[in-house]
Amino acid sequence: MGERATSHSVTVEVNGEKVSRIVAARQLLVHFLRDTLGLTGTHIGCDTGNCGACSVIVDGKLVKSCMILAPQVDGAKIETVESLAQDGALSPLQESFHEHHALQCGYCTPGMLMSATYLLRQNPEPSDEEIRRGIRGNVCRCTGYVNIVEAIREASRGQATGRRSVHAAAGEEV
Amino acid sequence: MTITSDPVTGEATKTWSGRAMPRKEDWRLVQGQGSFVDDGGMHGQGYAWFVRSPYGHARIVSIDCEPALSMDGVYTVLTGEEAKAMCEAPFFAIAPPPGSLMQEWPLAVGKVRYQGDAVAVVLADSRETARDAAERVLVEYEPLPAVTDGVAAADPTAPLLYDEAGTNVVWNGVFDYGDVDWALENADHVVKLDRLHFHRFSSTPLECNGAVVDFDHGTGVVSVLSNYQMPMFAAMVIGPTIGVPMNKFNFVTKDIGGAFGLKIGFYPQIAALALLSKKAGRPAKWTEFRTEHMLTAGHGNERTFVDIEVPVMADGTILGVKARAFDDAGAYLHYEPLGAVIWSQVVPGCYKLKHVRVDYTEVVSNKCPVTPNRGYSRMQHLWMIERIIDVVARELGIDPVEVRKRNYVQPEDYPYETPNGCIYDSGDLPRSLDIALELAHVDEWRARQRELGTGSGRRIGIGIGSTLDSGTNNFGQSRIINPELPFSGNGEVAIAKLDLFGEVNVNLGTTPQGQGHETTASQVAADILGVTPDDVTVSTGFNQANNAYVGFSGTYASQFAVTGLGAVMGAAQKLRHQIVKLAAFALHAEEDEIELAGGVARVRGDEERAIPFIGLANMVYTNNAGLPSELLSECDLNARYVYIPPFEVPDTVAKTGNLTLTYASQVHVCVVEVDEETGEVKVLDYAAVDDCGKRINPLVVEGQVHGATGLGIAASLYESFDYDESGQLEEPSFYEYHVATSLDIPKIVCGNIESPSPFTPNGAKGMGEGGGAPLHAVCAAIQDALGPGAPVVTDSHNHWARVYEMLHRAPGTPRGVEVISRSGGSDTGVTSL
Repeated sequence: MGERATSHSVTVEVNGEKVSRIVAARQLLVHFLRDTLGLTGTHIGCDTGNCGACSVIVDGKLVKSCMILAPQVDGAKIETVESLAQDGALSPLQESFHEHHALQCGYCTPGMLMSATYLLRQNPEPSDEEIRRGIRGNVCRCTGYVNIVEAIREASRGQATGRRSVHAAAGEEV
Repeated sequence: MTITSDPVTGEATKTWSGRAMPRKEDWRLVQGQGSFVDDGGMHGQGYAWFVRSPYGHARIVSIDCEPALSMDGVYTVLTGEEAKAMCEAPFFAIAPPPGSLMQEWPLAVGKVRYQGDAVAVVLADSRETARDAAERVLVEYEPLPAVTDGVAAADPTAPLLYDEAGTNVVWNGVFDYGDVDWALENADHVVKLDRLHFHRFSSTPLECNGAVVDFDHGTGVVSVLSNYQMPMFAAMVIGPTIGVPMNKFNFVTKDIGGAFGLKIGFYPQIAALALLSKKAGRPAKWTEFRTEHMLTAGHGNERTFVDIEVPVMADGTILGVKARAFDDAGAYLHYEPLGAVIWSQVVPGCYKLKHVRVDYTEVVSNKCPVTPNRGYSRMQHLWMIERIIDVVARELGIDPVEVRKRNYVQPEDYPYETPNGCIYDSGDLPRSLDIALELAHVDEWRARQRELGTGSGRRIGIGIGSTLDSGTNNFGQSRIINPELPFSGNGEVAIAKLDLFGEVNVNLGTTPQGQGHETTASQVAADILGVTPDDVTVSTGFNQANNAYVGFSGTYASQFAVTGLGAVMGAAQKLRHQIVKLAAFALHAEEDEIELAGGVARVRGDEERAIPFIGLANMVYTNNAGLPSELLSECDLNARYVYIPPFEVPDTVAKTGNLTLTYASQVHVCVVEVDEETGEVKVLDYAAVDDCGKRINPLVVEGQVHGATGLGIAASLYESFDYDESGQLEEPSFYEYHVATSLDIPKIVCGNIESPSPFTPNGAKGMGEGGGAPLHAVCAAIQDALGPGAPVVTDSHNHWARVYEMLHRAPGTPRGVEVISRSGGSDTGVTSL
């Protein structure tokens, strides 16, 4: 206890960009992303792997980044919430979360979006029950999950079109 | 689309208010571009880690900081004694004696009073070093006997948390309205309940607490970047302690990852960090971790009601209630004993109870200090009232729907004055209930319930929760606790401004945590200023430098739609007035000829005569030579407005007065299935009908209903904080404390009606806390499923083991209820034990 930790070299591809850093052996992946790389979209909610706020995709698999050390992912491809929007356009899931008010404080949202992204890759047209199972590792304290389930379902059906974005709402009858 | 009349022209116009607009905040949040407290920092900061007590109650024998200080990278360690020596006074006490004798300092001094009590704090060059160093601060403790039960704590023989107070009782008061003794003597039935217990839980925001605090030795300014939700309350409490005047604080919040009231409780940590920064000469950053949060960040109020007596007439009319309440504040008084009066905003619940006496006792115990938690203090009382309604219905053989409808405040009764002088503003409870029953398919479930019968191993239960979400506090109610307190009324601030290029900007005194203030404030301002919500920039969070605050500023207690948007309306109207005045001058027109549309001021009927906002801003900010000084002095395009709701100081002797401005209501209906073999409860159908007056953004309102419902269901079935006798918390992480997941919360169907408040600027009522309706409804549904002759559901938390026990309790075991019935004035002594 208290001895200076040994260091490791970690080389990963994060959101399409190759990065190399020397990190402490005990550094968690979530701290590597947030502190070392400054990708603060990935959040920490529980430290015990229960809440999923830190969910990212590592080599195609959904991972809670507080449950894995940075040196363990050496050589991997990592996707975080920062990868979802492309060229200034939100992903269909992000758009659907917005349209369906599937976020309030927004703290669980990055992890929830990564879980939902992973779910739809595995199962492009999930039932509501499958959606609920797919996000059961992601805790949300604000929404009661109601609109999250709806947003994922509608995104899977290609229903998120941007029609209810703030500006477009101007002409819409409610 | 809402059609209303233009406030100036009287013409019919389409408005942004009232629309279910998706939120502006979402754009950054779905991309991970929110700015939460741990995302930020200050130059040269160190990382703080608190050294916390493993004991529930112990004397601090000694603290040895040397092993920590000798580590590389450790800047300093601050102990409780040292911190106290840097302070001018303990934290401000809300309570009169003996509560005021229960002093608190930024860190524990002399003894620790709960598991997690902070005895020292380390500052180091990294989070990891600070954590390692905290383990090397050697604290010797002498354990003391603990008290962890709220009723037992009030006993004079209980271990004392504060020897200097001579008691664990913080405050006691009798709230006595009408004549409950007369009612008990003259009622046809008196229903008696031994004990009801509202359990301890927390809505555990997913983002833990955090702050970066800098004590600037040069200027004396204390900068606090945090996710604290009531900034100037913290400033007022800690300022006199650490010797900092209000104008030397700079509180800032940005995005906040949920709060639910719980982020009112961590001002001691902010004070400790300020002293740590002062000692170290550099900013101190602290990010709470989950177990630290569960142990120390604040739990909701736990309340035990005993000796409950309810006078009821033969037709089901309930005359009132008499009870004793013991509220357990935990080890320190962080907002308490305000809860001891805040419940009285809803003395009769949703009902026309005339005779109420509650003997209320607030105690301290060796548990985590309590903090307001969504539904704060009212839901505990409302839960008792709802339990009483259902017990009365069951014991007297009346349908719970009929008992409610008979006793509800009726639509024609509003404004309705309660026995303690609160004014219920508007509503339609019977209609809300009818809608909820239909949305939850109650007729079908009743049929299914009969079909299942006995022997299937499964039982269906249907329960109702009628509740109130009182909003916009009159802080004068604090004087019912302590007449010496200098608080009354309420208020909130907004600043509406045209910036240098004519941009519309709004600054608020609020600290939103997901309630969409940037969106709803934009909607309101856009309507008044003739622009779109996209044209209005609302600053994120609170910044003391904006000067948009009063002492009550923040986001708590279901009030933004009234106080926050009331301030936005006032500020935007002031700005509009200035814009019109400047435009009339520039366009050589009369003020009543000017209309605003599309960011342009123009002469009605003559579109050629127009000036865009940038032109008006130019006149004031950068091109004002030769303009009349009178015009410029009136039109600085920077309009600050303080919304102050109409309140009087309550009568502190009679404990009466109007304690809150608005009363949103929610009626929930829950259908459950109970598995006889396991006690497991599954929610089959759930409906929530909300009435919060005029809705500014129905999407946001419905989201709040979903959220409050989810947290309530979670608390009723899954989430509970329990302590053992020595004061060890049994659920210190999300492993033990089962936060409800997507598999635990059912689909929630919402309905709504709008009964506009006659007392608010916009007809809206504050909402969001939800009044704990799911706790009422789930308990009632479990009670219904247990069937005739079953024990009374006496606890607000009913995990499977407790339900199993109630299902299989031995025949002849007391059910916890007794009914004394009279006829012709004589006691017939009919009881059912």
